[in-house]
Amino acid sequence: MSLDAALPAAQPASAILPRRGGTAGALSDVLWRNPRSLLMLMLAPPLLWLGIVYLGSLFALLLQSFFSIDEFSGMIDRQFTLKTYGELLLPSNLDIILRTVTMAALVTLASAVIAFPIAYYAARYARGTWKALFYLGIMLPLWSSYLVKVYAWKLILAKEGILNWLFTKLHLTWLLDAWLALPTVGGNSLSVSATGTFIVFVYVWLPFMILPVQAALERVPVSLTEASSDLGASPGQTFRNVIFPLALPGIVAGSIFTFSLTLGDYIIPQIIGTSRLFIGQAVYAHQGTAGNIPLAAAFTVVPVVIMGFYLWGAKRLGAFDAL
Amino acid sequence: MRSDRSSPAPLALKIAAAAGLLFLHLPILLIFVYAFTTEEKSYQWPPPGFTTQWFAVTWSRPDVWQALWLSVKVAAISTAIAIILGTLCAAAVSRTKFFGREAISLLVILPIALPGIITGISLRSAFSLMEIPFSTWTIVLGHATFCVVVVYNNAVARFRRTSGSMIEASMDLGADGFQTFRYVVLPNIGTALLAGGMLAFALSFDEVIVTTFTAGQQQTLPIWMLEELVRPRQRPVTNVVAMVVVLVTALPILLAYYLTRDGDQVAGAGK
Repeated sequence: MSLDAALPAAQPASAILPRRGGTAGALSDVLWRNPRSLLMLMLAPPLLWLGIVYLGSLFALLLQSFFSIDEFSGMIDRQFTLKTYGELLLPSNLDIILRTVTMAALVTLASAVIAFPIAYYAARYARGTWKALFYLGIMLPLWSSYLVKVYAWKLILAKEGILNWLFTKLHLTWLLDAWLALPTVGGNSLSVSATGTFIVFVYVWLPFMILPVQAALERVPVSLTEASSDLGASPGQTFRNVIFPLALPGIVAGSIFTFSLTLGDYIIPQIIGTSRLFIGQAVYAHQGTAGNIPLAAAFTVVPVVIMGFYLWGAKRLGAFDAL
Repeated sequence: MRSDRSSPAPLALKIAAAAGLLFLHLPILLIFVYAFTTEEKSYQWPPPGFTTQWFAVTWSRPDVWQALWLSVKVAAISTAIAIILGTLCAAAVSRTKFFGREAISLLVILPIALPGIITGISLRSAFSLMEIPFSTWTIVLGHATFCVVVVYNNAVARFRRTSGSMIEASMDLGADGFQTFRYVVLPNIGTALLAGGMLAFALSFDEVIVTTFTAGQQQTLPIWMLEELVRPRQRPVTNVVAMVVVLVTALPILLAYYLTRDGDQVAGAGK
């Protein structure tokens, strides 16, 4: 139906238009008069999809975490039990959880420190073309392939790679060796050490921290910092007492991403890191060759619970307004 | 020194910001150098020599082409589904206030907010419970779920800027709901949908964590790369593939930026 056909050209002036003809017109009238049914019609497809495909599988997974595995037959016993959750408290499994959470916290902290100057400059000094360049300079690494980024670091951290070459050229190999000789953070080479895992995590999640911090800083009115310095605050004081508190929700918002993404990742520690497992690797190992879906499911509940608490705390700090 | 707009930035800040940006970009640039190296057994730096032969080698590899084709197919279907579902959801959430509105935006964001491994393993266990065999469609099922949020974010931002009075005006002038959608709403949200769609495509094209759980024996391009990362067999081919992937994913991002640069945040909330 064309637009003209719907216009009642010959109609005398009247506030109420005549009924529209045709099935499409009638349907349109019904939907206009019943906004609720229109709303339902619009919401049904996405809700059905997310509800069935996503929530459905999530609940199926949650359900399986209450099953247990028979140690002798390797079969899954479909009886409600908390035994699998008990297994999470074994020292070896607690170790995995603790290691992952520590890594996530350190990665978050480092990302915040590196991200802040970039976000600060982009928000308060960059103008015009520079602003656009900064934006793309953050967006391009954010969206470029995750695996390619990890691969790049495999090239960089390799024994024959550019970083070792650089250390040799600067005659600093002793420093690198001393660091790698340390327990926990060290290893045979950077690509098989916890330090390597840490660097790659920071690199890959850094843009997720920059964007919300920048958004938060951009909302700080210039008049506030001017007022602060008019009232006699030094730049340092203005930063500590005005800018930083206002940027904090942005940092918390960014930390949601860096923390959650580190908690669930299993590819980075598998490719660059030690043989000590992270939560994601444990999940993958248990569901794969071991076939212990209940324990894998119980393991996935750990990051969900941690993130639940994290999000609750973040909401109280006002992080969601900074997203 | 005050940090207001007229005064220049402190030197320390400039250095820290520049160093941060270099940290973000140098590793990616390094891949471009490695794509031309003559060394094929190790990741030796500096490269002993430069050659373009690996491009020809990669071109003639059927496994790379197959993986690429599967990735493109999955990304195209997932993007189409995500555009429909994301737009519907954004339209509903932005034009009316109703009970459970907040819950719906949370539900849309959840597949991205929760670690990908959770989405992956829940889908996999659901498939095995319901005895669904792995196929292109099992991959699509996972990808479309987390692509919805990207389209949704872009569409919601645009709907907020589109004033409702335009829709009312169109209806007052006698257009029916479908005409209003076709002639008033769609032209307004078109570029936002295009941008969201391109980002969704890039997201799906690159996804590996969920895909490892839903692909079975099939290889998408990221899965192909992952196998090369875990057990390097063809380093030069991997280098070339990595470089091409960087170039190919940069294009939709630049385009999406140009389509939404006046005011919208392009998926500022991240992937």
